[in-house]
Amino acid sequence: MNPGLINTGKKLPMSRNQMLTFAAACIGLALLFVFDATFDSFTMQIFKLCAINIILALSLNLINGFTGLFSLGHAGFMAVGAYTCAILTMSPEQKEVNYVLQPIVPWLAHVQLPFLPGLLIGGFLAGFIGWLLGVISLRLRDDYLAIATLGFSEIIRVLLTNAQTVTNGALGLKGLPRFTTMWWAWGSAILITVFLVFLIKSSYGRAFKSIRDNEIAAESMGVDVFGMKVLSFTISSFLAGIAGGLLAHYLTTIDPKQFIFLKTFDILLIVVLGGVGSITGSVIAAIAVTISMEALRFLDGPLNLGFVATTGIPGLRMVFFSALLMVVVIYRQQGLMGKAEFSWDALARIGLLPRRGPKSGKGGR
Amino acid sequence: MDALLRTTGVDKYFGGLAAVSAFNIDVHAGEIVGLIGPNGAGKTTSFNLITGVYTPTSGRIQFEGKDIAGMKPHAITRLGVARTFQNIRLFKEMSVLDNILVAEHMRMGTNLLEATLRLPSYMRKERHVHERARALLDEVGLSAHEQASATSLPYGKQRRLEIARALATEPKLLFLDEPAAGMNPQESVELMNFILKIRDQFKLTIVLIEHHMQVVMGVCKRMYVLDYGVTIAQGTPEEIQNNPAVIEAYLGVG
Amino acid sequence: MDFQTFLQQFVNALSLGSLYALIAIGYTMVYGILRLINFAHGDIFMVGGYLAFYGVSTFLMPWWLAVIVAIALTTIFGVGLERVAYRPLRDSPRISIMISAIGASFLLENLAIVLFDARPKAFHVPEFFATNFILGGVHIASVSLVIPVVTAVILAVLLWVVHSTRVGMAMRAVSTDIEAARLMAIDVDRIVSITFAIGSALAAIGGIMYALKYPRLEPLMGIMPGLKCFIAAVIGGIGSIGGAVLGGLLLGIIELMTVAFLPELTGYKDAFAFVLLIVVLLVKPTGLLGKNQGEKV
Ligand SMILES: Nc1ncnc2c1ncn2[C@@H]1O[C@H](COP(=O)(O)OP(=O)(O)OP(=O)(O)O)[C@@H](O)[C@H]1O
Ligand SMILES: [Mg+2]
Repeated sequence: MNPGLINTGKKLPMSRNQMLTFAAACIGLALLFVFDATFDSFTMQIFKLCAINIILALSLNLINGFTGLFSLGHAGFMAVGAYTCAILTMSPEQKEVNYVLQPIVPWLAHVQLPFLPGLLIGGFLAGFIGWLLGVISLRLRDDYLAIATLGFSEIIRVLLTNAQTVTNGALGLKGLPRFTTMWWAWGSAILITVFLVFLIKSSYGRAFKSIRDNEIAAESMGVDVFGMKVLSFTISSFLAGIAGGLLAHYLTTIDPKQFIFLKTFDILLIVVLGGVGSITGSVIAAIAVTISMEALRFLDGPLNLGFVATTGIPGLRMVFFSALLMVVVIYRQQGLMGKAEFSWDALARIGLLPRRGPKSGKGGR
Repeated sequence: MDALLRTTGVDKYFGGLAAVSAFNIDVHAGEIVGLIGPNGAGKTTSFNLITGVYTPTSGRIQFEGKDIAGMKPHAITRLGVARTFQNIRLFKEMSVLDNILVAEHMRMGTNLLEATLRLPSYMRKERHVHERARALLDEVGLSAHEQASATSLPYGKQRRLEIARALATEPKLLFLDEPAAGMNPQESVELMNFILKIRDQFKLTIVLIEHHMQVVMGVCKRMYVLDYGVTIAQGTPEEIQNNPAVIEAYLGVG
Repeated sequence: MDFQTFLQQFVNALSLGSLYALIAIGYTMVYGILRLINFAHGDIFMVGGYLAFYGVSTFLMPWWLAVIVAIALTTIFGVGLERVAYRPLRDSPRISIMISAIGASFLLENLAIVLFDARPKAFHVPEFFATNFILGGVHIASVSLVIPVVTAVILAVLLWVVHSTRVGMAMRAVSTDIEAARLMAIDVDRIVSITFAIGSALAAIGGIMYALKYPRLEPLMGIMPGLKCFIAAVIGGIGSIGGAVLGGLLLGIIELMTVAFLPELTGYKDAFAFVLLIVVLLVKPTGLLGKNQGEKV
C-alpha cells in the first residue's frame, strides 16, 4: 500500500510515514495469514462478511459522502453483480438443478466462467447500468434523486423476479460455488480501499467533493458537474456490483428478495455510523457493525438480566441498531469520524505516535 | 477593436418578472467595468446569464466573438470566464489549498486511470498544480492558511480566497459580485488596490458589481446602471454621478 | 373484456386509488411544510392498523371505539415522533433529516416485530364492512364504497382547513418560506405539530381501511403502501393536496387496470409505481400539479 506522496514538497528517500505504512501493511498481511490458518469456519464467515461490507459501505460513501448525492439504489446494483456473477459461473448441471420451473435461456445454459471474469463482468454490467440510470436521473436533486434511485433499485428487483428464464425468478439460485474465500474477500476489500483512497486524494476526488460542497461554485470553477456525478455514480455502481458478486458466492444462495431496498438502508447505517465522507470511518464501521450484528445475536435469544428473564425476542437486535442509527443522526451527525481520515500525522497529533520532523504529507492507509 | 464580451438584447424572465431586459453591454480587453443599481435591479442575474448559470430567455451573448448563451457554466469557464459570488460559495469542507486545486482540475488534462494509479505522469501534473496553487495563495496572502478549512477563515479572507480560486481557472474575463460587501473603508481601499494589481498581473478584464461607490468610482473607467432590469445609464463615473435618472433610481429606492 | 368486468375493476381501482390518495395527502402535507420525505409515514400507517386491532381483540372495545382510539393514539404518536426525531434536525442538512426518517422507519418496523410479533395477524372485519352487495351486476364489498367516501369527505375538510382557516393560512405561509413565516410571528413548531397530527391521523385512517380491505396485519405492511403513496404524492406534485389525490387515484387505477387488461404484467405490478415515478420526474420534475422552485444564485 503506497503512502501518499501528494503533499510532499520535496522528495525524500523514504519518510517516517512511508516506513510506518510499509510496516503496517506487512503486519496486516501477516495477520491475514494467521487468521486464515486459525479462524474456525463460523468466525471466518463473519470475517469475510466484514470485507464485503467494507466494499459496500465505501461504494455508497463515494456517491453519498464524497459526491454529496443521496442515492438509495445500491441494493439494485448489488443484485445485478450478484446475479451476473452467479449465472456466469454456475455449472450447466447446477443450472439444470436450479431452473425447475422453466429452463434457462439456451445462450446461458452452457456458459461457465471462472470466478474472476464472472465477478468483473458482474461489476461492469452493474457499472454500465449505473451509468445509464445516472445519465437519466442525475439531473434530479436531493430527495428526488433519492426516491428515483430507490425506484430503480426496486424496478431491478422486480425485473429479476420476473425474468424466470434468466434469473430463475423468485426461486432464486442455490448451490453457488463457495468462491469467496478470505483472500478473495479481503483482497478485493483492500484493493478497493486503496483505489478509493487514491481516487479521493486525486484531482477527481477534489472535483467530487467540490460538487458536494457547492455545486454551483464547482460548475463555475470548470468542473463538469454532470459528468463527474455520472462518473462517481458509475464507479459506485461498479463497486456495488463487485460486492454483490462476492456476496453471492459467500452466501451460495441468492434470491431477489435479498436485494429489496431495505438492504441499501443496512449499508447506509454503516456509512452514517462511520461518518458520511470518511473512508476510514466506513472501514471501521463496516467491521464494527458486522461483528456486533453477530455478537448481539444473543439479544434475540432468551435473556436473563437477573431481575427480568425473557424467552427470546427475535428482532431486539435490529431494534438496537435502528435506535443506534437514530441516536447517532440526532446527537452525533458526523458519526465516528466525521470527514476526517486516518493518517500517521493525525495519530501523532493526538499523541499516539511520537512527533517528529517537519510535516511531510499524509500517510496512506 | 472588437469587444471581448458583447451582449445583445438579453432578456431574462422569472415567471412574469423581467429580471433583466434588453441588456446590452460591451466590455473591451483590459477594462474594469462597473455594474451598479439598487437592490433587485438584476445585476447578479446578468452575471448568472453571462456565466451560464441561467439561460437567457432571449438575446445573444458573445465572448471573443463566440456565442456562449445557453452554454453550461463549466464550458464557459473553460473559455476563460471566471466569477465570484455575492453570497460567498466556497467549498466548505475542503482546505484552502484544495479550494484552489479544484479550479485546476479542468486544465490538468488527466484521466481516471492515470490519477488513481498515481502514474509518474500524473504525479508530475499534481506537483505542478500544487506549485501553481501555492504561488497563487502567496499572491493573495493566504499562504499561512493553506491547510485551514475554507470557512474557518475570517470573512475578508474568504472573499480573497474566492477571488484566488477564480484566478486559478486562468480567466481572461473576471466577474466580481460585490467583492467589498461587508468591508470597512480601510479594507475597501486595500481591495481596490488588489483588484488593480491582479488586473495588471494576470492581464485581466474585470466586470464588477459593487454598492460601495468609493470602490466603483475608484477602479472603474466605465459603468452601467441597472434598475428593474433595465439599463438606465452608462458612461464614466462623472457622467453617472450627474445623471438625473440614476439619482432618481437610487432616491426612489431610498 | 365486457363492460361489467371493466366496471368491476374500475370500482376496485377507485377504492384502492382513494386509499393511496388518503395516505399520499399525509406525505404531501409533511413534505410541503418541512421538505422532508417522512419515510416513517408508512410505519405510522401500520401502527394505526395494529392499534385498532388490539383495541378490538385485547381491550374488547366495539369497533367504532377502537377506531377512534387508534386514530387518536396514532396522532399523538406521530406528533411525538416529529418532536423526537425531526425537530432537533430542522436546521441540519436535508440529508441528515432524511436519514433520521429512514432510521425512524427502521426503528418502528423492528419495534413492531418485537412488540407485535412478526407473524401476521388476522384483522377482524366488522359485519358492516364485510357485506357484499350487487349493483348493476357488479359485486361491491361495502368497504370499497366506504373508502372513496371517507377520502372525499376528508379531502373536503382539509381543503377547507388549508384555504379558509387561520391555521391553514399559517401552514401555507410556513410551506412557502419558513423563515419569513417565523418573522411574521407564526409559531412554526406549532404548525409543524399540527401538520404531523393531521398526517398521522390520515395515516391511521388509511391503515385501518387498508386492514379492512386486506385483513392481515404484519409489521412490515406499511413499507410498500408507504412508498407507493409517497410516489403518488410526487407524481401529483408534492406539496399539493389536489396533486396527492390525483396521484393516488392515478396510481390505483393504473395498477389495477393494467393487471386486469394485461394479466401477463401481473408480476411487474410492484414496479408500475416506480416506472411512473421516474417517467414523471424526468418529464415534469415538479409533478403534475407541482410548482417550480428553483435555487437562487
Ligand atoms: N432564480 C430566481 N427565480 C426567481 N426570481 C429570481 C431568481 N433570481 C433572481 N430573481 C429575481 O430577479 C430580480 C433581480 O435579482 P438580482 O439578484 O439579479 O438583483 P441584484 O441586482 O443582484 O440585487 P442585489 O443588489 O440585492 O444583489 C429580483 O427581483 C429577484 O428576486
Ligand atoms: Mg446581487
